Amino acid sequence: MANMAQAIRMALHYAEENLGVTDVFGEDTGAPLGGVFTCTQGLKTAWNSPLDERGIIGCAMGLAFAGQRPVAEIQFVDYIFNTVDLLKLAGNTCWSSNGDWHLPMVVRSPAGSGIRGSIYHSHSFDSWATRLAGWKIVMPSNPLDAYGLLLAACKEENPVLYLEPKALLRIKGEERIPGEPADDKQLSKMIDAPLGDRSQWKPQWPALEAYVVPIGKGKTVREGDALTVVSWGRLLPICVKAADQLKEVGLSVEVIDLRSLWPYDWELVKGSIQKTRRVLFVNEDTEVTNFGEHLARRTTDELFYELWAPPRVLAGKHLPGIGLADPLEMASVPQLKDVLEAMRHAASLQP
Amino acid sequence: MSRPQPKLVKTDKAGELPLDRALLVQMHELMVKSRVLEERLIQMYKQGHGYFWIGGPGEEAFNVPLGMLVKKGRGPAYDFLHFHYRQSATLMAMGEDTVGALRQMKNTASDPYSGGRNFAGHFSKSAWNIVPVSSPIEVQYAMAPGTALAQKRHGGDAITIVTGGDAGTAEGDFASCLVWSTRPGNELPVLMVVTHNTWGISTASDTQQANRDISERGRAFGMKTKRINGNDPVESYLELQEAMAYVRKERKPFLLQADVSRLYGHSSASGANFVNAEVDCLAAFEQRLEGAGVLSRAEMDEVRKRWTEHVAAEARQVVQEPPPDGESVWNHVFWEKA
Repeated sequence: MANMAQAIRMALHYAEENLGVTDVFGEDTGAPLGGVFTCTQGLKTAWNSPLDERGIIGCAMGLAFAGQRPVAEIQFVDYIFNTVDLLKLAGNTCWSSNGDWHLPMVVRSPAGSGIRGSIYHSHSFDSWATRLAGWKIVMPSNPLDAYGLLLAACKEENPVLYLEPKALLRIKGEERIPGEPADDKQLSKMIDAPLGDRSQWKPQWPALEAYVVPIGKGKTVREGDALTVVSWGRLLPICVKAADQLKEVGLSVEVIDLRSLWPYDWELVKGSIQKTRRVLFVNEDTEVTNFGEHLARRTTDELFYELWAPPRVLAGKHLPGIGLADPLEMASVPQLKDVLEAMRHAASLQP
Repeated sequence: MSRPQPKLVKTDKAGELPLDRALLVQMHELMVKSRVLEERLIQMYKQGHGYFWIGGPGEEAFNVPLGMLVKKGRGPAYDFLHFHYRQSATLMAMGEDTVGALRQMKNTASDPYSGGRNFAGHFSKSAWNIVPVSSPIEVQYAMAPGTALAQKRHGGDAITIVTGGDAGTAEGDFASCLVWSTRPGNELPVLMVVTHNTWGISTASDTQQANRDISERGRAFGMKTKRINGNDPVESYLELQEAMAYVRKERKPFLLQADVSRLYGHSSASGANFVNAEVDCLAAFEQRLEGAGVLSRAEMDEVRKRWTEHVAAEARQVVQEPPPDGESVWNHVFWEKA
């Protein structure tokens, strides 16, 4: 199976060929590197930009104004912060012009911790992003969804922020992308750039097929009846692992992969909570004004009298950064043991 | 605090104005139209028919020729315009009616640029490639390379024009435009304009930036540059013509600094009162037109009277128009396919 970086690369190739994507660009996005996580190797529209995040977002906006379909990359989401007013402008362009203009543009950026990336390669942007009204925000947790969500993003007429959980980029999927060859080694030989001189290398793309994960649609990845857990991105597979472990000891946990942060699949979340009567929201962004808090507030507002326990949020600590040393990172963002503990606690609460 | 020095406009004798009479007369009319509009907007603000005024009175001598020379239309075959909030005269010169600006001042539902959502002078018109003007200073310079890249790819002679003031060039987005427009082998057809009025709100430019001639910054990037007297509409027209011809043909950027006046201060926040210490480009031009025998004082008075009555009638109508409905805030958060 393809890993997430390969899935993203194949989705971008499909989008270049079939969805009108004109520019895949950012720092080190084009040849020879093809992205620091290899997500853009071999793409025909990939090019290298100046080392200037504001220039990247501004150029993407200009391209979209002029009818192109850009997919811009911010190399690490930690470096997107100095573009926030441009992101705000991209998000309000349709609204402030009263529908006169709109911007079909995608911004991709690796986010979150898990690669021992220290203070400026570990940050999350999930919660910040959800404050950018006018943007659609997605974050896959596996290669097939990464492919399907990126196709959806490239078909969009509005700005889409596509957050890539960087710790999952090298993880292989459990489901095959339509058109992906059966043999992983064959896929690698076809689309992974060789080490060393790449000047003569060209990818051999498999015959990929359309597979779209609609923006705004979550997915129930484990069914259960004692507790609903809602997560996305890097912590989703950890929640699944925790749910599987708890199932062995008789605790039935339903896990929902939200996949889209905005718009989000409230109907799916609500239906699950009405079944289990308990909910835990899990993500790795810092916990104060965390997006999980919004979900918990909405749960309280709409489902208070159906709940058997207060909605819970497990998120990253409200710290200025994520330290490099292993114990520092482990103490800053939720780990498997924290998720297990939070699940047990949430499931144990009684009215 | 240092005071800006008035910029002089030389007075030509009869026969020395190097443009056709019809063009001079047209240019004068558009300058009057723009000035009358801005003064009406200020009056509306002072009468309580708007919450805030910001605009470009004092820049007509540059902004009108700019609008006359734009290749107007939609899409990459036409010029893309990334303006700041002092550009009303350019829109007027492009053929825009005055009533839209009045509606935006009154923030009516009928405001054609933002539906009552944005300040005066914050134009947007996709039919003419005018991307939405926003309040953040200089962000337009970060976007301009994107439209220019699309135009270069498209072929033809369309260019991207980006305008801003001198104070805003301290922002990094101005440097972004210099860098992105001049990538070796990927130069872009961008006309970068800096209208230099020597002020950033209340702060004199010579107390903040050592570089008096901002156009010089382009030279470090191999760009063609020029500094002109933006208070002179004849010089502005001829220099813009030359700069635009270069960008259209060579598909490379040009940095043009136009020295202009700021006749009513920064905005309503600083009172929006007429400033006597700076050159009034319209008065100076009228003096030249009269001296050269192009137009008489009476003819020019008639032009002003006609536009004053036209805009006043529109304003009387606009102040009766309703504001947007509160529920409409949810419209256009996202664009939906028709």
